[in-house]
Amino acid sequence: MTQSYTNYILHLADNALILGQRNAEWCGHGPVLEQDIAITNISLDLIGQARSLYQYAAELKGNGATEDSLAFLRTEREFKNCLLAEQPNGDWAQTILRQFFVSTFQFYLYQSLLTHSDSTLAAIAEKSLKEVRYHLRWGSEWVIRLGDGTEESARRMNKAVSELWCYTGEFFVPADYETAAGSDPAGLKDAFYSKVREVFTQASLAVPENVFMHTGGKNGMHTEHLGFILSDLQYMQRAYPGCEW
Amino acid sequence: MPVVDPDQLFQDKIDNEIKIEPKDQMPDAYRKTNIRQISQHAHSEIVGMLPEGNWISRAPSLKRKAILLAKVQDEGGHGLYLYSAAETLGMSREEMINDLHSGKAKYSSIFNYPTLSWADIGAIGWLVDGAAIMNQVMLTRTSYGPYARAMVRICKEESFHQRQGFDALLVLSRGTKEQRDMCQDAINRWWWPALMMFGPRDTESTNSDQSMKWKIKRKSNDELRQNFIDMIAEQIKTLGMHLPDPDLKWNEERKHYDFGEINWDEFWQVVKGNGPCNKQRLDARRKAWEEGEWVREAAIEYAKKRLTS
Repeated sequence: MTQSYTNYILHLADNALILGQRNAEWCGHGPVLEQDIAITNISLDLIGQARSLYQYAAELKGNGATEDSLAFLRTEREFKNCLLAEQPNGDWAQTILRQFFVSTFQFYLYQSLLTHSDSTLAAIAEKSLKEVRYHLRWGSEWVIRLGDGTEESARRMNKAVSELWCYTGEFFVPADYETAAGSDPAGLKDAFYSKVREVFTQASLAVPENVFMHTGGKNGMHTEHLGFILSDLQYMQRAYPGCEW
Repeated sequence: MPVVDPDQLFQDKIDNEIKIEPKDQMPDAYRKTNIRQISQHAHSEIVGMLPEGNWISRAPSLKRKAILLAKVQDEGGHGLYLYSAAETLGMSREEMINDLHSGKAKYSSIFNYPTLSWADIGAIGWLVDGAAIMNQVMLTRTSYGPYARAMVRICKEESFHQRQGFDALLVLSRGTKEQRDMCQDAINRWWWPALMMFGPRDTESTNSDQSMKWKIKRKSNDELRQNFIDMIAEQIKTLGMHLPDPDLKWNEERKHYDFGEINWDEFWQVVKGNGPCNKQRLDARRKAWEEGEWVREAAIEYAKKRLTS
């Protein structure tokens, strides 16, 4: 397998890890106990997905790479997650909307990967899809609940839309490694926005028009947030190199 | 007809090991004691998420991160069962949470200590969960039915928590010098607070006698503390570490370990609110609750709309 294909797997893994790391910040601080547990559960699922993907990437890479060396010893410029995944939690509305967007994208992406010629990747996609289906349902329900809840929740949802919409376009601009891996994210664009429109309509939320879309994360050009995420994430492995934990 | 004393009837049930259920007659003080104890237990689970949650973002491997997340999530789940058990006695979860935030209700003082290194996560699992299990195993046989049943579920998960803590420390104890030092330092800091978790000495414990009579608790503070010390004093040999108590010594006559004097002044200071993290823990809980208010209101409002549409 080529370096490019490994990069594709790392891209998928980074998306899951960075969003999982963000969601985990809620653990113990959620708005109500049931939802504290739910967001932590989603975080756990995402970290589980990341682990399967990193383990596979480590196998492809060889040279003693492990899931941990890939997660903890790469730099900001080597991470390939989409910019959306690294955006701050903000309030509950912003966290919900970020999750809803990512889950919607992952839902169509993993579905398309079920028939991928690489059976290992197809198997990871199949397992992840079961979890993502639940994340998508949970995220959709909360987008609707907040969009159609109180005046304040609607105002916060609209603000979240204006903060995060500009990061949805990146999903559909293929990086070279995606094209080489036979993945066609641009082909998922219609399904994604049609699902988003359906949920936004139920939530009484307006779909923004003509928004400039930020890109770069897939090729290692991140927002300033990622460096801080990694300094937390990687602290122990950087401070105590080469140890077992 | 002979006059039947309801308190005597109640005590007969207790003596015959018949569980008390939510709709049963019970003395007011029994109800109050259970509400106090179960809600305090629920609060401890929730506040207890904070010190360990402090290390989720920095866990040293993906495996450890996943284990820690799962463990802290379990504690949230335990909080839920316990709030539900307490609600069967007629107090709402919201009232209980308000009492926590106002300082009226207490939670376990152990969570007022800071987690300063990764090894603290292992030490909490091994020592703090280990101490909690001694108490919780006893509570699976407590006289109030919903509490006893909640404890059965909780105990199953807690034993996994303790094992993962010990396992994390075992890896450190076999690691580099820095890791071994980190491990010993965590044990030094958590040992005495863990012993304080069993509460004051039996001679000074105000609620104990009645609770024993009602079989809310079945072993005394000192008895549980001794069992815990005997267990840990053996387990620490596997780690090759030591407990920070020069007086710890096997007593062949008593068939128990003797141990040194607990710093009761520190114990009472932390109970009174002067522990290293009392303020931070309560502030974090209040902040989460206040910042979540609009979310809870939106959920209620949305549910109302669905009912009327």
